[in-house]
Amino acid sequence: MKPSAFNYAKPSSVDEVLGLLSEYGDEATILAGGQSLVPTMNMRLSAPSLVIDINGLAELSGISSNGESLRIGALTRHVEIENSSEIAEHAPLITMAMPSIAHPAIRNRGTMGGSIAMADPAAEMPACLCALGAEIEITGGSGARKVAATDFFKGLYDTDLGGDEIITAIEIPKISAGYCSAFDELARRHGDYAMCGAAAHAKVDGLVISDLRLVFFAVGGTPVVAAAVGSAMADQTVDEISIAAAQHAVEDDLSPFDDLQCSATLRMHYAKELTKRILNTLVAG
Amino acid sequence: MADMIKDHILDRPNSYIGKTIPRPNAKRLLSGRGTFTDDVKLLRMTHVAFLRSTYAHAEIVSIDASAAKESNGVVAVVTGAEMAEVCSPWVGVLSHLEGLKSAPQHALAVKKASWQGEPVVAVVANTRAQAEDAIELVEIEWKELPVVTDMETALDADTPLIHPELGDNLAWRRELDVGDVDGAYANADHVIEETYISNRHTGVCLETRGILADYNPGEDQLTIYHSTQAPHMMQSLFAKHLDIEEHKIRVICKDVGGSYGIKVHSYPDEYATVALAYMLKRPVKFTADRLESFTSDIHARDHRIKTKIAVSNEGEIQAFEIDDLTGIGPYSVYPRTSGIEANQVVNLTGGQYLNPNYRAMATVVLQNKSPMCQYRAVGHPILTMITEGMVDDAARKIGMDPLEIRRKNLVPDDAYPYTAPSGLPFENLSHQASLEKLVKMMDYDGLRKDQAEAREQGIYRGIGLATFIEVTNPGPAFYGVGGAPISAQDGATMRLDAKGNVIVEIGVTEQGQGAEAVVAQCAATALGVTMDKIKVIAGDTDITPYGGGTWGSRAAGIGGEAAVQAGKALRQNIVEVAGIMLQSDPSTLDIRDNKIVDLADGKERIELSEVGRVCYYRPDTLPKDYQSELVVTRHYVPKQFPFAFTNGVQGCYLEVDTNTGFIDFKKFCVVEDCGTVINPQLVDEQVRGGVIQGLGGALLEECLYSPEGQLLNGTMADYLVPMAAEMPDIEVGHVESPTLDSELGAKGAGEAGTGGAPAVVMNAINDALNPLGGKVTVQPFTPERILQAIGKI
Ligand SMILES: Cc1cc2nc3c(=O)[nH]c(=O)nc-3n(C[C@H](O)[C@H](O)[C@H](O)COP(=O)(O)OP(=O)(O)OC[C@H]3O[C@@H](n4cnc5c(N)ncnc54)[C@H](O)[C@@H]3O)c2cc1C
Repeated sequence: MKPSAFNYAKPSSVDEVLGLLSEYGDEATILAGGQSLVPTMNMRLSAPSLVIDINGLAELSGISSNGESLRIGALTRHVEIENSSEIAEHAPLITMAMPSIAHPAIRNRGTMGGSIAMADPAAEMPACLCALGAEIEITGGSGARKVAATDFFKGLYDTDLGGDEIITAIEIPKISAGYCSAFDELARRHGDYAMCGAAAHAKVDGLVISDLRLVFFAVGGTPVVAAAVGSAMADQTVDEISIAAAQHAVEDDLSPFDDLQCSATLRMHYAKELTKRILNTLVAG
Repeated sequence: MADMIKDHILDRPNSYIGKTIPRPNAKRLLSGRGTFTDDVKLLRMTHVAFLRSTYAHAEIVSIDASAAKESNGVVAVVTGAEMAEVCSPWVGVLSHLEGLKSAPQHALAVKKASWQGEPVVAVVANTRAQAEDAIELVEIEWKELPVVTDMETALDADTPLIHPELGDNLAWRRELDVGDVDGAYANADHVIEETYISNRHTGVCLETRGILADYNPGEDQLTIYHSTQAPHMMQSLFAKHLDIEEHKIRVICKDVGGSYGIKVHSYPDEYATVALAYMLKRPVKFTADRLESFTSDIHARDHRIKTKIAVSNEGEIQAFEIDDLTGIGPYSVYPRTSGIEANQVVNLTGGQYLNPNYRAMATVVLQNKSPMCQYRAVGHPILTMITEGMVDDAARKIGMDPLEIRRKNLVPDDAYPYTAPSGLPFENLSHQASLEKLVKMMDYDGLRKDQAEAREQGIYRGIGLATFIEVTNPGPAFYGVGGAPISAQDGATMRLDAKGNVIVEIGVTEQGQGAEAVVAQCAATALGVTMDKIKVIAGDTDITPYGGGTWGSRAAGIGGEAAVQAGKALRQNIVEVAGIMLQSDPSTLDIRDNKIVDLADGKERIELSEVGRVCYYRPDTLPKDYQSELVVTRHYVPKQFPFAFTNGVQGCYLEVDTNTGFIDFKKFCVVEDCGTVINPQLVDEQVRGGVIQGLGGALLEECLYSPEGQLLNGTMADYLVPMAAEMPDIEVGHVESPTLDSELGAKGAGEAGTGGAPAVVMNAINDALNPLGGKVTVQPFTPERILQAIGKI
């Protein structure tokens, strides 16, 4: 469990990062919090010849509010996001999900950019960003571009990020009046990647739900937007009947897989259980 | 000499026995100043990494190491054939496990590899990273062989043989038939059958295995720093297989970050490391990384047990029968063998109950998976799970409360000494007293009421009970009689220095469990000094008395007694000198609080340091015909009983979420009888830690294998160990039935928690699921298995 030899660079500007990326191509890897990258290097699952440490780039870190949206720098640590009152006010879903990411020591170093670049199918942030309609800001040689979170995650550990690009920030629309969020996951131990999880955002009026964006994670290669559940619950009162219908619709939205942690059958069962919990939570206020 | 002292260790003034004394080594460890094997660094030190077989069973056609030898920093690349010239193979059998067979095993695989993870080629380099780089350059041509992974079919005629020279894949079989089981079945109101499965798991040590060997050709001396439980055993084994005389090998065992039985075995990669140092004449270090630990540390507890219990309508248990099948990997592990776990299951199943009719069969088969061997509470988690599972099966069948059926059938506390159906003698157990204490502690009746109320609201809670017996303080009956170089006795050497301080050298070892603290308490109490005067030295074969080390819950009971006897003898020697100095009859003197005092009234006479000063610096003031002896050694081995059996009972109350299969502990209580409690806090910590380790196996831990013999979950992310958030608070109570085999009366306490935990949690889950018609019998009891049991998925 020792990495193979690699070169190390610690650039002082994003431009410098981009220069190194275009020079080294696939041979280079960005190091953010290192919580996912370093284990894979130690296990020799990845062996970059150049590690580009972006921890010196203060401009990639921090949370700011611009009118209708929140901007979170790619290098912002999970812990800072977890404790941010701005996030709690304007994107409470993120605050709800944070404690489920690993353990405090990992959240002290792990970053938002790393989480989404890694695109682990069981990670919380990708699902939350999809539920909230967030955008990912990607910077490359020809400048910055924005991609909707739902378009960014392409497949298992596969994203829209080009080899010569870097994630610089994410932007999350601030929660509108009348909207609520809910988050839940089922993991064997607290802090583990979940067996099944769900993040949701919806307009709630008393017991009536509309504009529901329910996103499951750990059930496919990417976060899965539960469109059928969304339609089933459009302008619906949350009650036993609508919950049953929503649970039924989950079968159209998901085709989960077996892995070491649990079977596809259990995942589907959990997705339905989470659907019930999430709907009840949304209308509970 | 010692018998001149009539006072009993439990009657000493200013006694530390029974007191919570913070362990002296805790501060050092917590301030990061421990010395674990990997912390030791020597000049000219090299690092070895092993190329391990990626196949579960494959022939080595050829090895091309030429590129690896040229790789940066590489010192040597050694194959199995080259290693075999230096280190002889071994066979993991013991003569008292009659019929047990295994094949010769090498430090590095020769001709073929028999499990995924078996070391095949050793690469020594200046750094571990360089060694790992070079491993990638070794080219091996493999020819895959058919694998044997399923223990159920291991003995079928058409299953290939792992070691053709053995004739079959059967390592060992033991059968026992006591009383009249068939007669009992004929008369019984009910005979209930069930199959229980304990899946394979392993012990995860915070500090992985590690060894650093240094050979000095100038004095033909091997010095080995080793994270081990049994330094003298390892000294003997290294000597034998490298053909070096034992006194030319020094095994030093500094701090150990947990061992749990994992570090009481001898491992091929560790022999290889020592042999490499011998071959290269320079230090070689091996520190197992976490990934290789999962495929090279021993695994344990892969058992399928078919059970039968006969019971009357009145709740009298009339017979137990078990058929245990276990797969141990391709070799029986050396030198303790892989037969002991099944042997314990046969020996002790049902042993806490009055039933005389008992039939057992254990079948131990070979497979192409990591070798299995003894892990904390060896066999007990399995045998307690089936015993207590069967008893609950019987109670459910006849509609009797699980507490009542236990009250009715437990061997009464006044029936001891008592011989179990397997022939094992139990000196003095306290099942009844322990059970009644537990019932009070957990408020059994209150919980039954709460359970009924919760059930009305659709909440499923369950109560589990698990009584257990535990082997501790093993004498030579465990291993020595079978021919293993494992000392059953242990010694303590105590030395008074010139300033009145005391150095205690002991054969038992510290693994993080507090053995040094317990020994210091015993030594200080026996001698009459304060704890701060005592320094304990353990884990060095050049220095300490010969001993067995730490395993089988023996460190406190055996090492503690040796310290007691040494302390008393040293006190005798000291008061003899003091008598001369004070012109008093030594029998009227005592040592208390670092002073020589009058025995009768405790009146202070002189400081202990004064005795030291006179004996060492001014012996000319003592009579010419008198020689003081301020160093004594005493040894101890239990003689009346082959083992000091202990007992206890665990009780838990938990809630099962019938939608998710998750469980939530509401209460967890343990009553434990380890005889004399030397340090309550340390005993409680042992019980708690033990329970958590037992719950790990019961709920989370499982070595998952593919049919091809590939371990599928070999990292800390997918091999789930218990973590604090999910674990219960554990209340611990004690009943004390001291063993009369020693003056101290202490039995072991290290494994009791682990032995009972799987049973109690299984029984509680099944109690909760009973109204839904569900029952779990396959460990670990995962959410998935719980939901399957109640038909939710
Ligand atoms: C024990 C453990 C448990 C964990 N549990 C969870 C969990 O439950 N849920 C969860 O979501 N995560 C979990 N994680 C992962 C954790 O959240 C990581 O911090 C995160 O996935 C990666 O963030 P990082 O900053 O550490 O990224 P790094 O490890 O530094 O990088 C990860 C990958 O992202 C790339 N990358 C990083 N930043 C950028 C960027 N700005 N632009 C482009 N590419 C970039 C890197 O090149 C690398 O390929 C766990 C980690 C551990 C060790």
